[in-house]
Amino acid sequence: MAPLFDWLRRPESTLVDPAGGDASLHEPGDELPAQDGHPADSPASDAEPGAADEAEPEAAEPEAAEPDAAEPEAVVSEAGSAGLDAGLQRTRGGFMTRLRGLFAAADDVPDWDDIEDTLIAGDIGAVLASDVVRRARARRDPGDAEGAVRAELAALLAPRAHPWAPRRAGAGLPAVVLVVGVNGTGKTTTIGKLAARAAADGQVVLLAAADTFRAAAVDQLRIWAERASADVVAHAPGADPGAVVYDALDAAVARGVDLVIADTAGRLHTKANLMDELGKIRRIIDKRLPGTEPETLFVLDATTGQNGLAQAKAFHDAVGLTGIVLTKLDSTAKGGIVFAIEASLGIPVQFVGVGEQVGDLLPFDPDAFVEALFA
Amino acid sequence: MAGRAWRAGLGAMGYTAMGYTLPASVRQNPRTNREPVRPPCHPNGDQYLTVFETLSDRLRRTLDGLTGRGRVSEADVEAALREIRLSLLEADVNFRVVKDFIGRIRERAIGAEILGSLTAGQQVVKIVHEELIALLSAGDRAFRLHGNPAVIAMVGLQGSGKTTSAAKLARLIVRQGRRPLLVAADPYRPAAADQLETLGRGLDIPVHRAPAGTSVVDIARGGIDAARRLTRDTVIIDTAGRLSVDEGLMAEIAALNAAVAPVETLLVVDAMAGQEAVGVAEAFAAAVPVTGLVLTKIDGDARGGAALSISAVTGLPVKFLGTGEKTDALEAFHPDRLAGRILGMGDILTLVERAQEVVDTTQAAKLEEKLRKAQFTLEDFLEQLQQVQKMGPLGQLMGMIPGMGGMAREAEAAVDRGDLRRIEAIIRSMTTRERRDPTILTAARRRRIATGSGTTLPDVNRLVKQFSEMQKVMKQFAGAGRHGGAAAMLGRR
Repeated sequence: MAPLFDWLRRPESTLVDPAGGDASLHEPGDELPAQDGHPADSPASDAEPGAADEAEPEAAEPEAAEPDAAEPEAVVSEAGSAGLDAGLQRTRGGFMTRLRGLFAAADDVPDWDDIEDTLIAGDIGAVLASDVVRRARARRDPGDAEGAVRAELAALLAPRAHPWAPRRAGAGLPAVVLVVGVNGTGKTTTIGKLAARAAADGQVVLLAAADTFRAAAVDQLRIWAERASADVVAHAPGADPGAVVYDALDAAVARGVDLVIADTAGRLHTKANLMDELGKIRRIIDKRLPGTEPETLFVLDATTGQNGLAQAKAFHDAVGLTGIVLTKLDSTAKGGIVFAIEASLGIPVQFVGVGEQVGDLLPFDPDAFVEALFA
Repeated sequence: MAGRAWRAGLGAMGYTAMGYTLPASVRQNPRTNREPVRPPCHPNGDQYLTVFETLSDRLRRTLDGLTGRGRVSEADVEAALREIRLSLLEADVNFRVVKDFIGRIRERAIGAEILGSLTAGQQVVKIVHEELIALLSAGDRAFRLHGNPAVIAMVGLQGSGKTTSAAKLARLIVRQGRRPLLVAADPYRPAAADQLETLGRGLDIPVHRAPAGTSVVDIARGGIDAARRLTRDTVIIDTAGRLSVDEGLMAEIAALNAAVAPVETLLVVDAMAGQEAVGVAEAFAAAVPVTGLVLTKIDGDARGGAALSISAVTGLPVKFLGTGEKTDALEAFHPDRLAGRILGMGDILTLVERAQEVVDTTQAAKLEEKLRKAQFTLEDFLEQLQQVQKMGPLGQLMGMIPGMGGMAREAEAAVDRGDLRRIEAIIRSMTTRERRDPTILTAARRRRIATGSGTTLPDVNRLVKQFSEMQKVMKQFAGAGRHGGAAAMLGRR
């Protein structure tokens, strides 16, 4: 792990004044070269050679955004922490520069107010940020503010099992993954990436197009399915999503499929009828495959602010969440709301989305996440 | 105006004051076999409850506390300011904006304006309201379309709602007599063009799309040519979602802007966005001449503090609000109304506007008469129910009425669950005589009504009981005189 984050430890030539830290928010690109050199030394370097190449083009050349740029086989690349690093790179930029500036400037007395502001700026939330800072201050070793805050943040995260593997309902029966979230967080894209991932592991994957509301959602899912060479079960637009899921499970059992992933329409967590609809889908899964414990993944946009907690809570109440996928972590947003969600609901982040390519879905490594924030 | 607001207030009051919602046990999904995990690992879990309070609830609670107490000290003001700060931060207002805001409020509040005053609470509300309006009033909100065709570009992050907003905007300007054409300029997200085409077909608005591999600039130019060919006077370009740090794609929209020079470039912002929204908006505004914001998903429970921050920092005005998933859910933005809504002062103006569109005035006058004489029957109630439903989602209506903001969510849930339809069914299953005089409802009649309406006996009983309670209240109002009654119904003032 150490060499991986070395680049972050190099002396900062331009320490940012926390008050006028604005400029630092947009400079993360500057650090790319330093970071690019490292994947070779990282523990992940035993991944296929394709992995490193795959990570590069996105940052280097805009054309990489073309849908067909990624080869399906890129999925097998366990780009692992090297990829996470790349994904977090922008997230870290402004945030870390600011924090490091704070810690470095205050050798004796850390400016806790500024640290709190920095946490708030990372969407960790005002209440939680002041909590973390209060508890960090109460620690016995007041000298190491960085370590204290980092430890307090790490303590907020829920435990998670690795590797993530949805359980089958029984011998010869498929495992089921239900993907839920509010509108526009990246559910369909995440499903495409998950499907490709499983297909690369040699699993037979079937996608249930249960987003029957949004225009062309099924078409979007079909394109992803093609990339992952998975089959799709779909009904006409406006059909009952529960029926789609039921048919998909039927088909999955009949065809001996390993993994069924159900896409659902984005819905605001405040719409009671739509949340009930999710509960119904969940009941249909229980009915068709009794005893199954579907993985219910909540897709959360990293740019979401404090509302993320309300979202997670409502979805958890409706369907019982088992994991979170934190998407768009390649943006400048920090995704700090995850700390509040994990702390209060105990639902772990399982994956992070760091781009639009099929391989841009990485396992969430909490240590690396916290470490990366505070390196 | 008082009369209208009164009627609208009554309509909405009817449903929620009657509290016609299902018992909490029904709301929970009993079959969810995974028990929701309660916050075990966090020491002060109950603090999280506050997160679910809206900014409006919070400010109201804080400031109401101040109102009840008469004279305030500097310490009182500081306590209120701390609450306001926390509320704004929880509403995702950028922390730097919050600092400025609190500073300004403190200056005005402590600077002789309210200290020692007997109406201190009201004064603070007034100051906060004014400052909120000032923040939200940034820039020029006018939506000007000129050029032939007039070109509008929608830009923003992935998933903010550009495609849906493009379709909504097209529908809105059709109502203003324009002939828009939609251009699908998102070649990256799979099926993005299909989505726009489907939406366009539903609205009977043409959609221009180009074969894969066409550059975005060429797609846009092709769209403008198509508009000329089809004699369309407005072109709405739906661009791909992009990260503000993606230099290649940011250069792409800059090139698009240079090629077609839109008169309006709208940045679409998710109401749920967090602290980074300001940085994102700044980056977009640096790349293209953004003329305004579309704030989407405002129908959720996010307070949209991000929009407040963006306006405050970049000076960009919010021009439209996306208030739902359907293509008619796009509204013009009024800073005073949103500021009022945030503070719980209600949004009577919007309510009156909507009421004017649907309420039959002679019918309304008759109703007013009945109310005054406390002769309001279940029949009238049914009529009201139908009229208010025409005005729009009930939860939204409730949110506009002063003092009722808190009930809005419950009302919305009630509608979502079909409670209103059930009430309607019950009343429709009654005879005319029963509707006019519910006291004749014997057990046998109630059973018949329950069967006829497909509901249960407890449902019928509850409606009858609540209606009789409502009648009692109305008799009091009738006694208290018309305007006093209206004021009492509309809030605590």
